[in-house]
Amino acid sequence: MFDLDRWQEIYHVLRKNKLRTFLTAFGVFWGIFMLVIMLGSGNGLENGITQNFGDMATNSVFIWGQQTSVSYKGFPRGRRIEYENSDILALQKGIPEIKYLAPRTNVGGYDGTSNVLRKLKAGQFALFGDFPVFNQIDPVNMVKGRFLNDLDLKEKRKVVVIGQRVVELLFEKGEEPLNQYIEINGVYFKVIGVFRSKRTGEQASGDNQRIHMPFTTLQRTFNYGNTVGFFNVTAKDDVPVDVVENKAMDILKKRHAVAPSDDDAIGHFNLRKEYDKMEGLFFGIRLLVWIVGTGTLLAGVIGVSNIMLVVVKERTKEIGIQRALGATPINIISQIITESVVLTTFAGYFGLTIGVGLLELINYLLSSSGANTEMFVHPGVDFKVAVMALCILIVSGALAGFIPARRAVSVKPIDALRYE
Amino acid sequence: MINIKNIHKSYVMGQSRLHVLKGIDLEIKSGEMISVMGASGSGKSTLLNILGILDNYDTGEYSLDGTPIRKLNERKAAALRNHLLGFVFQSFNLISFKNAMENVALPLYYQKVSRKKRNIIAMEYLERMGLKEWAHHLPNELSGGQKQRIAIARALIAKPKVILADEPTGALDSVTSLEMMDILQEINRTGITMVIVTHEHDIAARTEKTIKITDGIITEIIKN
Repeated sequence: MFDLDRWQEIYHVLRKNKLRTFLTAFGVFWGIFMLVIMLGSGNGLENGITQNFGDMATNSVFIWGQQTSVSYKGFPRGRRIEYENSDILALQKGIPEIKYLAPRTNVGGYDGTSNVLRKLKAGQFALFGDFPVFNQIDPVNMVKGRFLNDLDLKEKRKVVVIGQRVVELLFEKGEEPLNQYIEINGVYFKVIGVFRSKRTGEQASGDNQRIHMPFTTLQRTFNYGNTVGFFNVTAKDDVPVDVVENKAMDILKKRHAVAPSDDDAIGHFNLRKEYDKMEGLFFGIRLLVWIVGTGTLLAGVIGVSNIMLVVVKERTKEIGIQRALGATPINIISQIITESVVLTTFAGYFGLTIGVGLLELINYLLSSSGANTEMFVHPGVDFKVAVMALCILIVSGALAGFIPARRAVSVKPIDALRYE
Repeated sequence: MINIKNIHKSYVMGQSRLHVLKGIDLEIKSGEMISVMGASGSGKSTLLNILGILDNYDTGEYSLDGTPIRKLNERKAAALRNHLLGFVFQSFNLISFKNAMENVALPLYYQKVSRKKRNIIAMEYLERMGLKEWAHHLPNELSGGQKQRIAIARALIAKPKVILADEPTGALDSVTSLEMMDILQEINRTGITMVIVTHEHDIAARTEKTIKITDGIITEIIKN
């Protein structure tokens, strides 16, 4: 099918009117170029936003205490709900669908900070009492040392895992933080690990200014007794997190004498729902990009079809000669379709390459300039999409050639031969 | 070889109908060399086009080398043109971007003969036409006589049984015209049937039989 004669003919036809060929090719080039750029930008936006989630398990739910809004079982409304260690066990036993249960207490409540000293340096950092599984739900990158473990928890060790920013602020440059002691609210703790957030931008700098210590250590050292600040729960992989969320709410309401109808007493936040909303948004963006992109591409392809009609008309006599010499309709049709496919594929390949190249350049400039690009990270299209776009091109090239090809063989050979 | 009975052909042009062939009967035996003469508009070219399966006819019968030619699909018609017929046109009809050798080889391309093989065969035919040195020239670098000889080589390469020539000397000067007739006569001597449409008497005189067509009817058959 792809013999030299065919290529010679394609070359001749495309070269005969260079400007026309160029302009036609440009239509297709522009279509695929725009598609790639838009897809890549969409991906960049999506990457930027999903990175704000870090590696956080999306099937997780946060539960914290608020104030009751309904009086119940003799309790007045407006009572503050506080959780205790016994709630941990009750949740664990009552909900078999739980994969990880990570209670947490932070000193000074939500957004509170503690005074931290080391030698002559001081800082204000958020201090958390955590279970080791917390690192499974919302993982961090360990830069040095290790995260908390079960023994730390069991023995109520006075150890801490600190964020990278904490190290920068409390230690001299180049100083080794591991196994050093820092003073938190007057008590000394040993540094066993340093981490860096997996998020980007502002959220990451917040994460990196945190200090984590064993949950039990925090309760005892800072006089929190049995108090649990909030729960972070993830569901098993095959269970929707709503199930766990609802069961946990029921158990906690019962244990704390909260009216079943009281929705205000227990605060909860379902990450899955937020994530789903975001996914819906991304789907909308992607759909829009494809509609606009393929529309642009279609305009280019119609241009090709148009030009092929002109080419076929110009070459009517030549096609007539070929048919007189024994060219079958299939010969003629496949020749014209090949021309059209070659033109579209060639132009489209250029568009694809230059589009991807431009995205890579933007990517490079973004990362080398070190700009804070919280909303736009790693624009680019994946290989699968590129191959798909190329397939669309080849198919649309074939379609663009089909109508002109049909027209070329629809005339009688003698009419074609007589055409001037 | 060619057998036509009571062929009618008319062209529809809007409201009016132009009856071009009004019942043609003709038998051409294998190896014959005949000429068709007539005034312009007499239907001689239409007859040749029907013989060449380039055009269809309305009623009548036509059989070519024993094959009835009636309502063939384009694929079969193309195969018959390729294997049984060779065409020589007044305006040569060479493909402008192919060189002489490639033009001659074209019918074999449609028979799916390999490029190497068909180019070798094409060179043989060019040599017979005395154009071996011109094999790699494009048509616009050649004279009219050279072009027509290339067209003849192209018509011969698929070893057809019939050569149909439509005013083969119409675009050539008298000396070249005579040369062309020598070549065609020589080809005829190898057993190939030949039908030549012409309006020049001295060309017609060099064929075995001249058929005169007037207003779509054969009015006279002259043995030369």
